[in-house]
Amino acid sequence: MLRELPSQTAGPYVHIGLLPAVAGIPFEPERDWGTMVGPGVRGERIRIEGTVFDGVGAPVKDAVLELWQPDAAGRFPGHDPGADPAFKGFGRVAADLSTGLFAFETVKPGRVPYPDGRWQAPHATLLIFARGINIHLHTRIYFEDEAAANAEDPVLALIEQPERRRTLLARRELRDGRVVYRFDVKIQGPEETVFFDV
Amino acid sequence: MMDNAPRAFRPRDRAWHPPAHFPDYKTSVYRSPRLPLVSLTATRSELTGPIFGHSTIRATDNDLLVNGRVDGDPIGPRMILFGRVLDEEGRPVPNVLIEIWQANAAGRYRHVNDSYLAPLDPNFWGVGRTLSEPDGSYRFRTIRPGPYPWRNRVNDWRPAHIHISLWGAALCQRLITQIYFEGDPLLPLCPIYNSIPDPAARERLVARLDMGESLPHDTLAWRFDIVLRGPRQTFFENRPEGA
Ligand SMILES: [Fe+3]
Repeated sequence: MLRELPSQTAGPYVHIGLLPAVAGIPFEPERDWGTMVGPGVRGERIRIEGTVFDGVGAPVKDAVLELWQPDAAGRFPGHDPGADPAFKGFGRVAADLSTGLFAFETVKPGRVPYPDGRWQAPHATLLIFARGINIHLHTRIYFEDEAAANAEDPVLALIEQPERRRTLLARRELRDGRVVYRFDVKIQGPEETVFFDV
Repeated sequence: MMDNAPRAFRPRDRAWHPPAHFPDYKTSVYRSPRLPLVSLTATRSELTGPIFGHSTIRATDNDLLVNGRVDGDPIGPRMILFGRVLDEEGRPVPNVLIEIWQANAAGRYRHVNDSYLAPLDPNFWGVGRTLSEPDGSYRFRTIRPGPYPWRNRVNDWRPAHIHISLWGAALCQRLITQIYFEGDPLLPLCPIYNSIPDPAARERLVARLDMGESLPHDTLAWRFDIVLRGPRQTFFENRPEGA
């Protein structure tokens, strides 16, 4: 049996490879990896935004983040028949180089089953890459207004301390009539976000 | 719709990967979780992932000698980077999105945040992208990158390296790592390279000179084979079909 290659940090210049326009390189000027929705997308359009904070509370301004989620009906593009053709499922953004704020334009995801057939609460998977991160961080974004679904979610239930489950709940806000979910990530410290090993 | 994603993966051996907290690499001290990771059996969310078709890739995306060209060839030793993408069972993995980025021959990145005094190369971007072929093979043409200093300990230098990002069939195969070069005297001094605990694992990130693939009077070739997490065979499927 072979073994997986070991991970290394994406480093401070990760944008060159993953989001060249952020580095100032016109490699693919037309592409917007942060907009996961096209015209006529089904479901509730939302914006997910937040900041990644390090252990001293400073924003991680050089982070690159990837989001993967099903469409509003719980279907994964490219995997499930009937998935919404106007929805990409995958997003990739850089934190703002001066503020650290990141944002995805997406839809509220539908529910997908757990391997034993129970339903998971609506969620998106978030991967975080940056200088100083030796192997990418893997977390999940749940939605605070899905209390009933969250209460029966088999993955949230794996988190031993119920207090820590809160770190995975995005806060719903209305801004100029648009739905914005705020999701901040704390890499370490008293409110450390739950990260997964899958 | 096609779904080639495996249904289960071997657990990731975290002791084979660098620990999140590695004090010789100072930034990792405050960018590493302190609490244990929560172990999760993969669900559809982790067993699926984005599918990147050939429409994602343009013809010169894997040719860094050409894609950033303005008025001449980039400066530095020409090189071919090639190899195969396999899973842990040794089976080829096709359609893997491979993205690379690197410094130029002088050790300078084309990035707004790189202020190293070495010169930029007006004909070199240092970014490339390709998809692995049905037999898992991939190939880039580029310039051999130079070493560069970085702010860590007072006199730390990165060995020459190429960053590589891999999107396989499923989210839980996701991996970013770095490719080094055989014989580089900076390797044993590098805290990032040394953050990998097992010397055998470190060696796996070292590309080997391959004279067989080198082009006489043109370009040296370096072989770098990639292994992604492999599927685990499951005898009992309790996942509802198509769910
Ligand atoms: Fe680098």
